[in-house]
Amino acid sequence: MIRIEEISKKFRRLQALDHISVRFTEGQVVALIGPNGSGKTTLIKSVLGMVRPDSGRIFVKDQPVSGDPSYREHIGYMPQIGRYPDNMKVGQLFDMMQKIRNREHTDTDLLYKFNIPAIYEKPMRTLSGGTRQKVSAALAFLFDPSILILDEPTAGLDPLSTEILKEKIQKEKKKNKLILITSHVLSDLEELTTHIMYLQDGKLQFFKDFETLQEETGELRLSKAIARVMQGFEPASEWIDELFDVHPKGKQQDKKK
Amino acid sequence: MLKLSRYVLYDILRNKIVIAYTLFLLLVSFSMFRMEDNSSKAQLSLLTIVLIVLPLVSLVFTTIHYYNSYEFIELMLSQPLSRTKILLSEYAGVCLSLLSAFWIGVGVPVLLFSADATGFALLFTGSALTIVFTSIAFYTSVRSKDKARGIGFALLLWFYFALIYDGLVLLTLYAFSDYPMEKFTLLLSALNPIDLGRIFIMLKMDISVLMGYTGALYKDFFGSGTGVLFTTGIMLLWALIPLWLALRSFRRKDM
Repeated sequence: MIRIEEISKKFRRLQALDHISVRFTEGQVVALIGPNGSGKTTLIKSVLGMVRPDSGRIFVKDQPVSGDPSYREHIGYMPQIGRYPDNMKVGQLFDMMQKIRNREHTDTDLLYKFNIPAIYEKPMRTLSGGTRQKVSAALAFLFDPSILILDEPTAGLDPLSTEILKEKIQKEKKKNKLILITSHVLSDLEELTTHIMYLQDGKLQFFKDFETLQEETGELRLSKAIARVMQGFEPASEWIDELFDVHPKGKQQDKKK
Repeated sequence: MLKLSRYVLYDILRNKIVIAYTLFLLLVSFSMFRMEDNSSKAQLSLLTIVLIVLPLVSLVFTTIHYYNSYEFIELMLSQPLSRTKILLSEYAGVCLSLLSAFWIGVGVPVLLFSADATGFALLFTGSALTIVFTSIAFYTSVRSKDKARGIGFALLLWFYFALIYDGLVLLTLYAFSDYPMEKFTLLLSALNPIDLGRIFIMLKMDISVLMGYTGALYKDFFGSGTGVLFTTGIMLLWALIPLWLALRSFRRKDM
């Protein structure tokens, strides 16, 4: 469904993406992980056509990303930070989206579960960060897209809403959709992901399905499995230790080997 | 495209700065016409306000609006919409709201108190300046990713067009005062939309007699149909070229 061929992108001196090639197909729930500044958001933005890669090509459903913007009809995107025009009312935002897509709201599941119609008359500027995040989530799922791209979806959501969102992702997964998620909260991804894509310094370190990873590392939990793999990578281990709090002894023993 | 502009317009019209701007213009216009018994004197004072305040507000408001809408523009980019469409809708929304502020704030009092040729020239110039400086601000804000730098540059441009340019023109005229400069000053006026607007209105006000030979030449030129066409054409260029440049760099930009 998404085919990425040898894309590279440089921002001034920073190599944000370095010759990345990967293929995502339907039914996959891909967890994009990597330290801050590893190129996750740049990769997502390249797929959405917001960032123009220096070289390489991206195809979404065999349509090149650099051409006609109509391919974005198949994509639902939830940004990391959702900011909307201050004086626009919530209801107006949903109205506008409907007019832009020229389609009725087909999937109002999240809309009602998050109880968004109750705040239709409120201007955007009065909403809290978490509520805005809920609005972003409802918008992403609204037109029943076959590809979902969620950038840090659970950041800022309360536990109850996080659960609702996870359930929804679970449900969409069964509909054989392609779902791309970036998150720092690995426990959130645990039950959802089928594939893991690990980026570091703009390079693709690996792209594997979860079971293979479990077998290779002998760990059942996602965070442990990734920590185990990452211990092989010297530059990553510091970040990984910090994140998963791997026992320092383990690291020392590894080094002795 | 109109679908999107409509919502941008909804948002800006309820913006406090735009409301304050409208009320400010309304207050100034009414007090000018109330205080001066001679309506052409009031028009002259109003002209000064229009030439200084309009470009400043257009530049600064557009720049701030662009940076505040950055995430919203990103969200629009994730929708099946072309970049040209998105930027043009934003432009149309900002432009229309600033224009309606001007028409309510200055247009209504002018139509009430002095609906003559000068009044209409004033309204034409004000509308043209709003459109021109909105275009320029769009170009500069698309070009720089940093908000502070964008606003700084907008202010610098305002200083240049409203103040520095006149100084430079005077300096040039003084330095070459031995040569016939009349035609040349016509060209110079085209290089600054504020100057062009000022000359265009002044010549409608019968004060050109005070400006000697140059004034007579100007009157000859700007008073004729060619002059009106010339002014409209140059203003159009001033609006379209920056907008085209903005679209060009927005299409290539990384968000």
